[in-house]
Amino acid sequence: MNANKKLGVFIASAIALAVLPFVVGSTLGNSWVRTIDFALLYVMLALGLNIVVGFAGLLDLGFIAFYAVGAYTFALLGSPHFDIHLPFYISIPLGALCAALFGLLLGTPVLKLKGDYLAIVTLGFGEIIRIFMNNLNAPINITNGPQGINLIDPIQIGGFSMGKTIDVAGFALNPVHMYYYLFLILTIGVVIMAYRLQYSRIGRAWVAMREDQIAASAMGLNIRNIKLLAFALGALSGGVAGGLFAAFQGFISPESFGLLESIMILAMVVLGGMGHIPGVILGAVVLTIAPEILRDVIGPLQMHTFGRMIVDPENARMLLFGLAMVIMMLTRPEGMWPSKRRKAEFEDAKKG
Amino acid sequence: MAEVLLKIEGIHKRFGGLHALNNVALHINKGEIYGLIGPNGAGKTTMFNVLTGLYTPDEGSFTFDGKDLFRAPPHIVVAGGIARTFQNIRLFHEMTALENVMVGRHIRSKAGALGAILRTKAAREEEAAIEAKAWELLKYVGIDDVAHERARNLSYGHQRRLEIARALATEPKLLALDEPAAGMNPKETEDLKALMEKVRNDGVTVLLIEHDVKLMMGLCDRIAVLDYGKKIAEGVPEVVRKDPKVIEAYLGAAHS
Amino acid sequence: MDIFLQQILNGLVLGSIYALIALGYTMVYGIMGLINFAHGEVVMFGAMVTITVISLLTSAGIVLPGPILVLIGLLVAIPACMLLGFTIERVAYRPLRNAPRLAPLITAIGLSIVLQQAAILIWGRNYIPFPPILDHDTIDVFGATITQLQVGIVVLCLALMVGLLIVVEKTKLGRAMRATSQNPAVAGLMGVNVNTIISATFVIGSALGAIAGVMVATNYDQAHYYMGFMIGLKAFTAAVLGGIGNLGGAVAGGILLGIIESLGAGYIGDLTGGFLGSHYQDIFAFMVLIAVLIFRPSGLLGEKMADRA
Repeated sequence: MNANKKLGVFIASAIALAVLPFVVGSTLGNSWVRTIDFALLYVMLALGLNIVVGFAGLLDLGFIAFYAVGAYTFALLGSPHFDIHLPFYISIPLGALCAALFGLLLGTPVLKLKGDYLAIVTLGFGEIIRIFMNNLNAPINITNGPQGINLIDPIQIGGFSMGKTIDVAGFALNPVHMYYYLFLILTIGVVIMAYRLQYSRIGRAWVAMREDQIAASAMGLNIRNIKLLAFALGALSGGVAGGLFAAFQGFISPESFGLLESIMILAMVVLGGMGHIPGVILGAVVLTIAPEILRDVIGPLQMHTFGRMIVDPENARMLLFGLAMVIMMLTRPEGMWPSKRRKAEFEDAKKG
Repeated sequence: MAEVLLKIEGIHKRFGGLHALNNVALHINKGEIYGLIGPNGAGKTTMFNVLTGLYTPDEGSFTFDGKDLFRAPPHIVVAGGIARTFQNIRLFHEMTALENVMVGRHIRSKAGALGAILRTKAAREEEAAIEAKAWELLKYVGIDDVAHERARNLSYGHQRRLEIARALATEPKLLALDEPAAGMNPKETEDLKALMEKVRNDGVTVLLIEHDVKLMMGLCDRIAVLDYGKKIAEGVPEVVRKDPKVIEAYLGAAHS
Repeated sequence: MDIFLQQILNGLVLGSIYALIALGYTMVYGIMGLINFAHGEVVMFGAMVTITVISLLTSAGIVLPGPILVLIGLLVAIPACMLLGFTIERVAYRPLRNAPRLAPLITAIGLSIVLQQAAILIWGRNYIPFPPILDHDTIDVFGATITQLQVGIVVLCLALMVGLLIVVEKTKLGRAMRATSQNPAVAGLMGVNVNTIISATFVIGSALGAIAGVMVATNYDQAHYYMGFMIGLKAFTAAVLGGIGNLGGAVAGGILLGIIESLGAGYIGDLTGGFLGSHYQDIFAFMVLIAVLIFRPSGLLGEKMADRA
């Protein structure tokens, strides 16, 4: 591609991204804009997990815990629960920092574990966090237990709140629109961060460690530090996304942070194309949008063909998700859009 | 009197009931090519792994270039100036040759995550320097024409050379090679020998483990012989060759 | 003192069920070096099928003693679960035997989701009560109580474990299994049909899982589509605790974990000055798992290191 063409593509996609919420909002309704907002949150999460799983090769099944830590930090620092109302530019970085600390907390004991063992321990870690969130409402009420935390402050910039619809030159700007732009900016930030990390001294160290840990340490890489760095940076992105989620929803409870969510994010990374940033973005977008489309389709389709509901749409959606994971792994284990290197790894593995 | 670069004394290493290294002492002088030989199972590879930090010895002392490296983890050993290759080549297979060598520069560079994310001037300059140095090393071992090939696709001889380039990227004072000539044809072995001499002439001390005793006798300045985890001889090749204990160990091994 | 004894007894019952399930994990791991994530769902299906069969029989007006009804239920559930285990291996693992290790893990998770959703389709989302056909008569043991049913559970578990050990140690099939676990390629050269052995391992593990599922359902008087997840995770922990790949280890690990958990749940309130209550019971399994993997990754009785990547 020559420079002019590149610039053209760049401007075209910038315009497309800028007008997307209004086009979608006016044609499909604002609930779809909301779905797109979530897709952006998931892109951030998946890119964070991709640092851990894709770059460093550490299988993490408890990633949602960091999302939860970010979300709860934000919620506790900006809601009537403790009646603290810190501005977002303090509580989001604080949440990210807390998440990164939890990343180190998880990373330190599991440094020596690999593969399936690491997966199981991280899964256990995620469950422990969830159990604490569920039960830390007594004797001192910290998390408000299963009821969760309500009335979380929306993002406020100056005197301007993103929680209410505002009028800009006779144009109604919904919260879903405003959050879209905020999320988009931060997502682009995370994408740039991921790219720059990948093509850096640190990124090379991660790949080297993933490929051969013994050779990597014989080259002088401090395995402990680069593993912990991967956990911390992954957790950091998760924490940011968590804080944004809390502000966007206005309500959080332990239910949003279950194992299935962790699996969902892992699936975005793996089905998209582990280690490949465009693939992971694609995976996150597809796995956020597709279930919503199915939700809209499965119910009416059944009513139309059978005249009644045979399968609960939620049930059918999950069934298809599970099946997609199995079929994808059997037919295209490298993911929808793998990197060249990863594709080659899979081909080499097939050859044996 | 030559200057001592590496010195170990009273090294013991046990694996369960096996006493793999039994009170081994040796020293390597600056600028020499030092060979470690011995029959199969003599403890050569264990010794090698102790010297490169992969195994932690149970007892003894280990100083290198004035630093105490006893029980130091591999990355400290590498930082101290010892780099190694592996008997059964361990490259980063899916990385290109150039990237493999760039990984070797890790320990001699310092840009952190923040530098990478913000792409600071210092980080960019360092990255360029890493790449330039990697190119230089690929040229040095004579494989810069395949710099962008994945390591997996390189020929066996090229892979060996790449491993040496990668090790040299850590700027070692001692380059430790684990059976570098294994599986090579005579021509490749000759080239390798020339490369090792070049490395030594450029000021890097070389430690070699080899099966090929003939190659060792012709190449090494001094040789140590291990048998059943003990050092049974050490000295210049002509003397070691005639040592009855060495002959016994090799003949004994050949006859059993 | 009687609280202590009571917790030990509870732990023993729970632990022997964990042990039975842990055998399924450890056998598969021993032979293939992978964690069968979908094993918990086999356990759940065992419970669900048995309950369904019993409900069908009782609603058809057939009057039989409780234990006979359970036995009939099991006679249906065991083959069903064996078939399920066989299918899981065929679909999710066999095609991926040479693939990078992440691939079978993902298919197993996918399959778990599919099986859970299938269970929702068949049995719904609600808890299913175990039909009230079994006596819950209690026996007094030095001030603590245990039901006859629980005694039966422990005895049956022990009998099954001994049976499995005999199969593995004394029969031709067992010898082939041990050979395969040590080196599949060599076992293949020696005329062992590795595929058959792997299938047999899944089938046997699933049969034990089915029985364990029924035990769980009778012990808690209910079953649920999601029950396999937590119990599977704990049984896996038990297998790791005992030393994965080691049958005796799975048994010891299961019983130990059950007792740790009961004692932990019983005393956590006192230990933390009332800060944490018994609803933290589930944490213990994870704590044990993490502690074992850090301090003794080979488990209590295992030899292998936990570094299979």
